[in-house]
Amino acid sequence: MRLLGGGLLTLLLAFLGLPILLVGIVSFSSATYLTFPPPEFGLRWYRAYLGARDWLDATWLSLAVAAAVVVVSTLLGTLAAIGLARLPRGLRVAATGLILSPLIVPGIVVAIGVYYAYSRYGLVGSPLGLVLAHSCLAVPFVVTSVSASFAGLDPRLEQAALSLGATPFGTFRQVTLPLIRPGVLVGALFAFITSFDELIVSLFLSGQGAVTLPRRMWDDLRYAIDPTIAAVSTLTVVLTALLMGAAHWLKRRGERLHTP
Amino acid sequence: MSEAVAPALLAAPRAPGLNWRRAVPLLLVAPLLAFMLALYAAPVLAMLSRSLLEPAPTLAHYIELAGDEVFLKVFTNTLSTTVTVTLGTLLLGYPIALGMARARRLLPLILVIVLLPFWTSVLVRSYAWMVLLGRHGLVNEVLLALGLLDRPMRLLNTPLATQIAMVHILLPYMILPIANALRQIDPSLARAAAGLGAGPFGVFRQVTLPLSMPGVMAGVLLVFVLSLGFYITPALVGGPRDMTLSMLIAQRVEQLDWAYAATLSAVLLATALAIIALFQRVFGVGTAFRMSAR
Amino acid sequence: MEGASVTLSGLEKRYENFGAVRGVSIDIRSGEFLTLLGPSGSGKTTTLMMIAGFETPSAGDIAIDGRSVVALPPHRRNIGMVFQNYALFPHLTVAENIGFPLKQRGVPKPERARLVEEALELVRLPGYGARQPRQLSGGQQQRVALARAIVFKPRLLLMDEPLGALDKQLRESLQLEMRRLHADLGITFIYVTHDQEEALTMSDRIAVMNEGRVAQIGAPEELYDRPENRFVASFIGESNFLPATVRGREDGVLVAECAGTLVRATCAGTPATGEAVTLATRPERLRFVDGAWPAPPPANRMPVTVTEAVFVGERCRYLLRAEDGTALVLKEPSSAATRRREAGERAEVAWSVADTILV
Ligand SMILES: Nc1ncnc2c1ncn2[C@@H]1O[C@H](COP(=O)(O)OP(=O)(O)OP(=O)(O)O)[C@@H](O)[C@H]1O
Ligand SMILES: [Mg+2]
Repeated sequence: MRLLGGGLLTLLLAFLGLPILLVGIVSFSSATYLTFPPPEFGLRWYRAYLGARDWLDATWLSLAVAAAVVVVSTLLGTLAAIGLARLPRGLRVAATGLILSPLIVPGIVVAIGVYYAYSRYGLVGSPLGLVLAHSCLAVPFVVTSVSASFAGLDPRLEQAALSLGATPFGTFRQVTLPLIRPGVLVGALFAFITSFDELIVSLFLSGQGAVTLPRRMWDDLRYAIDPTIAAVSTLTVVLTALLMGAAHWLKRRGERLHTP
Repeated sequence: MSEAVAPALLAAPRAPGLNWRRAVPLLLVAPLLAFMLALYAAPVLAMLSRSLLEPAPTLAHYIELAGDEVFLKVFTNTLSTTVTVTLGTLLLGYPIALGMARARRLLPLILVIVLLPFWTSVLVRSYAWMVLLGRHGLVNEVLLALGLLDRPMRLLNTPLATQIAMVHILLPYMILPIANALRQIDPSLARAAAGLGAGPFGVFRQVTLPLSMPGVMAGVLLVFVLSLGFYITPALVGGPRDMTLSMLIAQRVEQLDWAYAATLSAVLLATALAIIALFQRVFGVGTAFRMSAR
Repeated sequence: MEGASVTLSGLEKRYENFGAVRGVSIDIRSGEFLTLLGPSGSGKTTTLMMIAGFETPSAGDIAIDGRSVVALPPHRRNIGMVFQNYALFPHLTVAENIGFPLKQRGVPKPERARLVEEALELVRLPGYGARQPRQLSGGQQQRVALARAIVFKPRLLLMDEPLGALDKQLRESLQLEMRRLHADLGITFIYVTHDQEEALTMSDRIAVMNEGRVAQIGAPEELYDRPENRFVASFIGESNFLPATVRGREDGVLVAECAGTLVRATCAGTPATGEAVTLATRPERLRFVDGAWPAPPPANRMPVTVTEAVFVGERCRYLLRAEDGTALVLKEPSSAATRRREAGERAEVAWSVADTILV
């Protein structure tokens, strides 16, 4: 009975984990076409990736857009999260609804909506358009993360600071901000990954002038698959895993700060 | 991953730590609200309004949909895929969640296996299934080597491929809420039930299963709503003829048929919202959706 | 240093339509140790929060040294405050925590370090400056919180159940330390607790609060010996309540009939003859009357039946019933020399007029 359960669990976990592992293995293949198992191993496709102008350009663009999204969404999202908890109830519910709605609205609806409007202002095919749209998609993660660390913050710490003579702004700078900083950083990491992995909006907004990495991968998958994409995929998985690991670690550290 | 943080957003404000003047909170929220209204809400609403304003204010586009065979076929296909995928994730996800709740030493490993796909982009995971299910993919190679097939089977670009890949991609959304609910069940309850003479299966059916239902419902809602809007995976691994609503919308935009695309978008959005509202009404798990965090 | 004097006049706090504090007026003298004592929900914290400036009074005024502070934000009131859960900043070291108020006041660094070390010595934690708050025990954390609240030499210190989270032994040793600090610093302390023993040990005066009002204010002995109302009589210590009917006055002493006997009581008021009143007396001030009683015997006597006898180590506790059924409690220091009484035994108890009060 136990053994049976263990076997089933292993099988299911294999279903979950193996496909991604497989991509990693394929990326080290030296064959010119997609086959499994690879006849030989090598770094051929990583070299191909590093030697291809269009792949590298797309990578840099994605990184730059994601970095800009982090700045915009973290700044706006953190400020909003601070204000949100102190809004009157009716307003708070409405504002929260708008801010979190990108989690619910299907991606295609957002994508064609922004495409429809941005095209009138020349924002299609420009990195700026991507930054603006991705920021809207990333904001819910920043706001939830910062709000969560706010909820875990003991209001008496702020009261203590005030009673000790700190001004309200001084209290915010010296007590509130350091204590919610892990939440802000976690939000920033989520924002980065949200933008870095985003495809549907990019499909419509990239045009010719702003091809992001996922967009470049998509084109490849649709028209000509070569194992370069396996190398690229593996690299993005590793990058994402590292960032998520960092986020996890930060969150744990933040929780420790809140329970002295 | 941001475990149910959203309820905290809606909770009552904390005792006044700082004596904020009335306007300060609003001033803090205003920039983001303005940003999202101008760059996200207004664009989406403007686009949706095309469905009602083309060429003059009208409901004709919605009425036409009722007799539109392409739409009906795509809509049915989307719904049936969604239902299949939801059931599939539930069937595979529940045992994994149960395993997570029971595991001790192996828990970190299981967590990584569950979370890694969760953090990997949909594109990469769809690609993984292209590698697996392709003509020379692993599945075909294995079946050939075992002598079960004598020539490669067509797996990629079939409805089955879409379903398998979507189940794989959405599985973590089912596992995490269920595991969360299972973790909160007091273990002494199961022991008490066993002490009262219930067998292992009886304990599961009468104690564990009913108590994990909130998690199940949250997972079902998440997977259902997310799979309703799927686009990338069906486009990459699905068959050319089994379109989803999202694919049809994209296609119509490419043809610049904005009124039609907007009408379909409104239907898609309304369906998602209706399901969330239904779940909130019937099971009270509507807010669970917000924890989706990717 | 002179402590601040604090005047609360007609202080009120309403939440929606619930009154948490309903008209509190107290004159707190310079250098006094005043305790707000009362059951949970009686409005102690709310009163303290209004003094600190975290809550705005719905009505009434708060004056410190004669100047109203109601319009002053908390950070400009210069009041030290100690919270129940310590509220130490978890991201700062002990020294940085204590230095925090000095930094806000622009005290230069070397001076700050000196004052921090001085404050640590004052709370008997010298050399602990470099630690993180979470590396300290509860009692040590509370002492750091105390050091932080006094390092900037405020003239008024507010404390909201500062010892509430500590075990009994630690609480007692910190109580002594607080008293010592109070004597050394000479500043005014306003202390909140719901532990009556703590209040009786530490305070110069106690304001007993009930349902948002001050039920009585006075020195510990005063509250114990002369409670003004039934609430104070039962909240501080234990009391026997005797229903009685006024029969008249004799030499400034009230005479009332209770369970068939005449009982005398000290009484400031002048209740009318025939009025129904309640008299109160402390269980440890009742004595059994027998041959061993030192003369002259106290003036009040009453026949009773023992219903239960409980031995609790240092003393014996007897539950008694008067003729009319009124239940009484008597506490007697235990001694091998005194005879222990059995349930069902008939006896007579006596107590002095001074220990009988009208509530
Ligand atoms: N923000 C608030 N809104 C509504 N009612 C409140 C609020 N704060 C306190 N109260 C109510 O006011 C009353 C007095 O509360 P307060 O905290 O002052 O009591 P307390 O004497 O300090 O009690 P405890 O010993 O439990 O700390 C309580 O009934 C409480 O429920
Ligand atoms: Mg209190």
